[in-house]
Amino acid sequence: MAKEYKTLMTEIRLPYELSYGPVWTRFFEGMAEKKLYGTKCEKCGRILVPARSFCPRCFVDTTEWVEVAQQGTLTAWSYVNYRYFGMPTEPPFIGALIRLDGTDVDFLHLMGGIDLNDFEQVRKVVKNGMKVRAVWKEERQGHILDIRYFEPI
Amino acid sequence: MTKRVGIVSVAQGAGAESKDNFYDQAYRITKEVLEKVGITRDDLGTIVTASSDIFHGGISCANSYYWETTGAFLKNASRQDGESLFAFFYAVMRILSGQFDTALVMALCKGSENPPNDTCTLMFADPFYQRPVGLQETLAAALQMRLYLERYGITEEQCAEVAVKNLGNALGNPYAHRKGRYTVEEILGSERLADPLTALQVAPKSEGMVAVLLASEEKARALTDKPVWFKGYGSSLDHFYLGDRDLLKGPLRDAAARAYRMAGIADPQKEIDLAEITEPYAFQELLWCEDLGLCGEGEGGKLIASGRTRRNGDLPVNPSGGVLANNPYVSRGLQRLVEAVLQIRGEAGERQVPKEVKTALAHGTHGFAGQCHAVAIVGIG
Ligand SMILES: [Zn+2]
Repeated sequence: MAKEYKTLMTEIRLPYELSYGPVWTRFFEGMAEKKLYGTKCEKCGRILVPARSFCPRCFVDTTEWVEVAQQGTLTAWSYVNYRYFGMPTEPPFIGALIRLDGTDVDFLHLMGGIDLNDFEQVRKVVKNGMKVRAVWKEERQGHILDIRYFEPI
Repeated sequence: MTKRVGIVSVAQGAGAESKDNFYDQAYRITKEVLEKVGITRDDLGTIVTASSDIFHGGISCANSYYWETTGAFLKNASRQDGESLFAFFYAVMRILSGQFDTALVMALCKGSENPPNDTCTLMFADPFYQRPVGLQETLAAALQMRLYLERYGITEEQCAEVAVKNLGNALGNPYAHRKGRYTVEEILGSERLADPLTALQVAPKSEGMVAVLLASEEKARALTDKPVWFKGYGSSLDHFYLGDRDLLKGPLRDAAARAYRMAGIADPQKEIDLAEITEPYAFQELLWCEDLGLCGEGEGGKLIASGRTRRNGDLPVNPSGGVLANNPYVSRGLQRLVEAVLQIRGEAGERQVPKEVKTALAHGTHGFAGQCHAVAIVGIG
């Protein structure tokens, strides 16, 4: 659209090198081996996943590492059907919060393993409270998307 | 509070794309807010600005660029990044310090120039865990909406009613960016972006240069016959990781309790005459009304269905059209405050509510699904 004034199209690209820190390094190395690790807060007893170095509520260091279950309960989901910068995969896909068995926070990931093309079908199948399990990629690199998605059990 | 702080002048720019650049646009709004009470830059005590670097403006250390547009040359000024109601409170404190008798709060955003909201808010997410999964504000809100619908039996139609109301209210607001008469069916039938959210239940990206001039009590009375007094403020912050939070029991309850305590409000349903709420996603107006105590928990659906929150209702919410109609990120909380002040002063033009407004509430939020909230109470008498 023609405008009555000039505009400048510009783009900013900046390189950063961000440290995972020791706790998240261990968590993501675990993912490369198909394991999910959390840490336990001694004070409130909660198991946090992904693992954390401290409990933000009790404000104390977490001390104990626990390998957590790779299955759990779907607590919230959204059927995403538009493209956006940084989308994890081509739409449609399902963004999901999953309470892994034995843990005390929700794990943010994707839900899949079902036909996603027909939303009305998806709506019939996907329900909060349903049981889901992690599906791993063959090739893993210590990345959150080493889990392809969670599928219904 | 022993001393009082008065709001003596407000100004805002329109939300639609303007031909001005950022720098000139900010200057014009500063001039307007000062001229309305007949003071010059020389009279201005201190300045607090709110803006967001890079992602919502494309420039870093943004205040070094725009500060002089707010009259800040050689003055004691400060900037805060993020929700502008925080900046409002910093300016209030500067007046209360006794060091300044006037303070300008300015929020700056030129959304029309920015990447989509989802691109900017993707950068809110940490780069290791949540960002690669594609978390941005719309996805976070969609997850929250799903929980809201299921936990309380709120219907999608009730959520859509918020968009019908607010986009309709915006027809009376010359500053609003998106407006129109819609039906619930049209709202629900708009593009299904992130189910259960449809496009007309998602705020646009807008421009918003918003200015509020504060003064000490004595100075306020000298500058205007219609000062609106600062009554109370509260804010609160939830966990960072979305999965650590109860998305339906968020920190707004704490922020509201703090603001009400400071303002001496015991029963907000009786004592708040009007609320301007930051609802970038339609259902959030209902959830935030619950958290603000304007209705009971889980009763947001009933509240909108009752018609009480319409412009002509007994508890108008977002008579301006709210953020669904105009969404200048960062500036939106301060813009809610400007609208509250205009309603109290009876200067809201076509969108003026047909009831007396003595005490009004302005709310701002920032972060995923209401990670942080700020609540301000202002009034007369
Ligand atoms: Zn703890």
